[in-house]
Amino acid sequence: MLPYILRRIALAVPVFLAVSVITFSIMQFAPGDPASILLGGDFLLIATEEDIQEAREQLGVNRPAIVQYLDWFTGFFRGDMGTSLFTGKSVAELVSTRIEPTVSMIFGGIFIAVVLGIPLGILAAWKANTWIDRVVMVFAVIGFAMPGFWLAFNLIWLFSVVLGWFPVFGWEGITESFTGWLSHMVLPAISIGTSFMALNARMTRSSVLEVLKDDFIRTARAKGLVDRVVLFRHAFRAASMPIVTIVGLSFAGAVTGATLTEVVFAIPGMGRLFVGAVTDRDFPVIQGLMMIFAGAYVFLNLAVDILYAYLDPRVRY
Amino acid sequence: MAAERTGSRTEIQGRTRWRARYVGARRALLKNPNMALGFAILAVISFFTVFAGQLDRYGPTDLNPIDRLQAPSAAHWFGTDTTGRDIYSRTIHGGRISLLVGSAVAVLTVAAGMLIGLISGYDRRADMVIQRFMDALMSFPTLLLALALIAMLGSSVTNVIIVITVVDTPRMVRIVRSQVLSLREYQFVEAARAIGAPTWRVLLQHIAPNTFAPVIVQATFVFASAVLVEAGLSFLGLGIPPDQPSWGNILALGRTFLQTAVWVAFFPGLILTITVLAINLVGDGLRDALDPKLARRA
Repeated sequence: MLPYILRRIALAVPVFLAVSVITFSIMQFAPGDPASILLGGDFLLIATEEDIQEAREQLGVNRPAIVQYLDWFTGFFRGDMGTSLFTGKSVAELVSTRIEPTVSMIFGGIFIAVVLGIPLGILAAWKANTWIDRVVMVFAVIGFAMPGFWLAFNLIWLFSVVLGWFPVFGWEGITESFTGWLSHMVLPAISIGTSFMALNARMTRSSVLEVLKDDFIRTARAKGLVDRVVLFRHAFRAASMPIVTIVGLSFAGAVTGATLTEVVFAIPGMGRLFVGAVTDRDFPVIQGLMMIFAGAYVFLNLAVDILYAYLDPRVRY
Repeated sequence: MAAERTGSRTEIQGRTRWRARYVGARRALLKNPNMALGFAILAVISFFTVFAGQLDRYGPTDLNPIDRLQAPSAAHWFGTDTTGRDIYSRTIHGGRISLLVGSAVAVLTVAAGMLIGLISGYDRRADMVIQRFMDALMSFPTLLLALALIAMLGSSVTNVIIVITVVDTPRMVRIVRSQVLSLREYQFVEAARAIGAPTWRVLLQHIAPNTFAPVIVQATFVFASAVLVEAGLSFLGLGIPPDQPSWGNILALGRTFLQTAVWVAFFPGLILTITVLAINLVGDGLRDALDPKLARRA
């Protein structure tokens, strides 16, 4: 097991390095000088040439690109992710105030996708080719095609405007009020989770269906086990491999969903921070967030692969 | 029938091959009514967007402040927005840009994915580097990578197409690469190499055509995802410039009037969902028809 884990980590390191090179290059190739952005941008350039030179020196952007890259990249290990050009606050500080809503929403979304999607998939596989199966699959195909932010519009209109069950916009921290937090989270989590729920339902259905044909299922049935036990103890356990992968990979997609959902619900999360930074061309913030999200993804993938090897010894070739 | 038998041997072979393909396609459609439904929906939506200029009831950018924020009616099928623009007309015109982006991205992704995938699958040293970069590109959340690239390039229709192509290419590369890796072990490739065919010919003439089935299937899913990403980018105001209607732009405006005029966003979003649904149905159908092995899995 240990050699496998080490080999897997050794593969993740170059990927993380490539992530950092891509992230850094995007800023290097972007038009516009960070120093002039800092001094008011192209439209409001009242700064003199000397002011810009001075700002360049302060930001360190007059150094060779490779030196800037190394300084920036090693900064992550010193806990320094750079400073926002606009607010003058450190990226770490900006992120720390925005992390709670985004993480809550992503976990909420994946929670819904798992606790509803997987049972629906098992149900569809069990009742394969009946009307129940068809209804679940029609639902899955529609759920997968719907843009999450448009679903969010419709949820707000129905549950907040017409029925008045949930707040329309905004966010409340979990430490302020648990019920407030929950009521602000339900609709965003559904918006994020629906497409993954649909995906999970399809994946679960097909992998359970595949397993149901196997000999050991027939044996289990033959020795008189009831359907429920056969389904959950035997079939689902054997079919759970691809599902683990899908849930792990859902993370990157959930960040995309969370970004759009935060904008729809006016939630002050990391996604809106990112969109604001892109609009303002605040490159240190863009870079910091890209590194955080991609780093989290690389780490999660690593965790999924190790979990995979733990669940299925055949993987540890 | 007799007339059809005339012609050179290669002509006849060509004809039979096309007939076989036609029969195969018809059988696939009959066997898979979902795919037929997907094609039918796409045909209707393409018809409306291609002939948007003839089928619109108002100009997509005609302002009519007196009729602003009207609910759907006989005069305005999908209602009107804040400046009185007709949402039905904007939706069918917006479809042009959304579908243009989707199809352009699908074509470009196939081209880039084939090129990089063939190289990566054939040259082990290049493979190491290429694959780490592809893994890295896939580590970024789709929309965030697209947004960062937009910050670098600026927003325009062309840049939106480029950006979404960059985002969608790694998955295509992976599919082509894995095909190449298995194909290069086949005897017909070995035979081609044995008679002295240069590498480029082995790749282009013998390996590339055989990767096509999964590539076409993936291209349909890229098409669907590109339409969705375009909508997301434009919804955030960072995709298609606001003076050109696209489905994402129309939805972006709808967000502001959610509480008073839900139709501004409802109908364009519905058409967008139906379009993506139709493309996915076609993709699923193609996968089942072209690759029975994949069909069992998903």
